[in-house]
Amino acid sequence: MTTQTVQFRVYRYNPDQDAKPYMQDISVEIDSTDRKLLDALVKLKVKDDTVSFRRSCREGVCGSDAMNINGKNGLACLTDIKDLKQPIELRPLPGLPVVRDLIVDMTQFFKQYHSIKPYVINDTPPPERERMQSPEDRKELDGLYECILCACCSTSCPSFWWNPDKFVGPAGLLAAYRFIADTRDTATNERLDNLEDPYRLFRCHTIMNCVDVCPKGLNPTKAIGKIKDLMVKRAV
Amino acid sequence: MVNRNVVGAHYGLRDWVMQRVTATIMVIYTVALALFLLTIPSSYAGWKDFFAQTWVQVLTQTTLLAVFLHVWVGIRDVWMDYIKPVGLRLALHVFTIVWLVSCFIYSVKVVWGL
Repeated sequence: MTTQTVQFRVYRYNPDQDAKPYMQDISVEIDSTDRKLLDALVKLKVKDDTVSFRRSCREGVCGSDAMNINGKNGLACLTDIKDLKQPIELRPLPGLPVVRDLIVDMTQFFKQYHSIKPYVINDTPPPERERMQSPEDRKELDGLYECILCACCSTSCPSFWWNPDKFVGPAGLLAAYRFIADTRDTATNERLDNLEDPYRLFRCHTIMNCVDVCPKGLNPTKAIGKIKDLMVKRAV
Repeated sequence: MVNRNVVGAHYGLRDWVMQRVTATIMVIYTVALALFLLTIPSSYAGWKDFFAQTWVQVLTQTTLLAVFLHVWVGIRDVWMDYIKPVGLRLALHVFTIVWLVSCFIYSVKVVWGL
């Protein structure tokens, strides 16, 4: 089996030991079967087990291994090593507090997600089996329900960097539209009321960093535009 | 008082729509003005006659009002993005309003030759 060396420059910070963060150069041998960045990171972890990062499903579904790869947010498990310029510079997701190395504290991110009530609200008596949707109605949710909450989008958004406590962020707003668009949900007006705020929704200046980085190819900017369209529709 | 995070001002849509509408007005005026300036004599007298017409004055004044409203939304966005202390932000908002209202009053003087 052929081996290959991969050069890394990794952001290191252990708040218990380090006065401030630093970048560490590490190289690691990978096999020809190691294709994704996460494969190399797992080898790196074997070589130096003090390097910390989150990972779980290794196939782009759990959203744990989101990080800043050569300056752009992405999932390590979906990023091909061969497409990356070396040394591969790895940093934690920008704008969130660092717990250690590549691990960030996502509390603020999930707080915003919860603030949009990410569940179907429907107070009418439930039918015997389930609330049905036509295929057309179901289609409305395509491009919205696939979000895995990896936080790549929100942490690439300057508006979220400046006002993470007030601006819902692209991930939260995509989720908000997912429930607004759901025909089984009856709280559309309350949801729009909840978002009609200069900070919560209107901090989005449509720069589309979110669309650029989304590892699932989703478009939060489009969802935000649709929320605004609905607000215009009910106001004009 | 505990430092509570408060949002939910229930406004923002009108400003967002206003920003877009005023931008459209500015684009239309800019293109129209460029075309008209190409057709009129390129001299002081030519420009003076052109801007003495009432409809040109009305459209110019309308566009300038659009400019000031557009600036208000845009500059306020900058303050909201970057200025964290509420007192300072409020002061900057007030300063911006005073400045833009003054600009508007001056624009009336200029456009109508008062």
